[in-house]
Amino acid sequence: MSSRRSRTRQPGCSRISDDQINDLVSKLQQLLPEIRDRRSDKVSAGNVLQETCNYIRSLHKEVDDLSERLSELLASTDTAQAAIIRSLLKQK
Amino acid sequence: MNPRRSISSNPASTVKSRFTNGFLQALLRINRQRITSTTAYTPREIFRGYLRVKIAADVSMASAIGSRRAWSRAILRKVRSHGRDGAQVRRMSFLAMRKRNLYGNIKCVEDAGFHQANVLRKLVPGGEAMDMCCLLGETAHYIKCLKTQVKVMGRIAEVFST
Repeated sequence: MSSRRSRTRQPGCSRISDDQINDLVSKLQQLLPEIRDRRSDKVSAGNVLQETCNYIRSLHKEVDDLSERLSELLASTDTAQAAIIRSLLKQK
Repeated sequence: MNPRRSISSNPASTVKSRFTNGFLQALLRINRQRITSTTAYTPREIFRGYLRVKIAADVSMASAIGSRRAWSRAILRKVRSHGRDGAQVRRMSFLAMRKRNLYGNIKCVEDAGFHQANVLRKLVPGGEAMDMCCLLGETAHYIKCLKTQVKVMGRIAEVFST
């Protein structure tokens, strides 16, 4: 388990280029509403990762809240919901 | 323009419509189960209702993506092995981690925030077994899909509220 924490290079590891990582990080930055407009030289990769984690957590929370709301709405009226769902399915 | 996002002439082929279809069908099933249950309004049943909807949403999205992404495979795997021993599943993913070189290009990981990468691994399904490059790519795709999921669920909630 200690090898996971060591920061020494492992022999024979495949070299992922810095450019590749930077490219992926900047792509990620474009998805984050908080920092997508900042210049990429002003935002460190660590910042991007942190904002990514915050954003994913907030999206998870939204999913939770919407799930709760949907479950309550389903519980309130029975036949209306089934009719709505069926009509929505027909549209698609 | 990302074809997944555009309103294509063949709606059945977009991730968004596949997710919507699958999720609505799951809601129908959940609704039917709830109607036949006599204890629908106990706090426990209310909690389970919320959980069922949430799991249905996550699984519908993973199914809409299918097996072409590591994160969606991880969700579908988890659902399929639901009945199995949880410890066994954890052992399997530990072995998978040891096989992969998680820290290819150590320098970049140090630059990019070692701790944050670990936090991110826990948030993205299947992240524990990914190397840095894979993790970043999967995260970007996962975020796009989560946004779609939230949009569609919000729209459905709107329609139900009227």
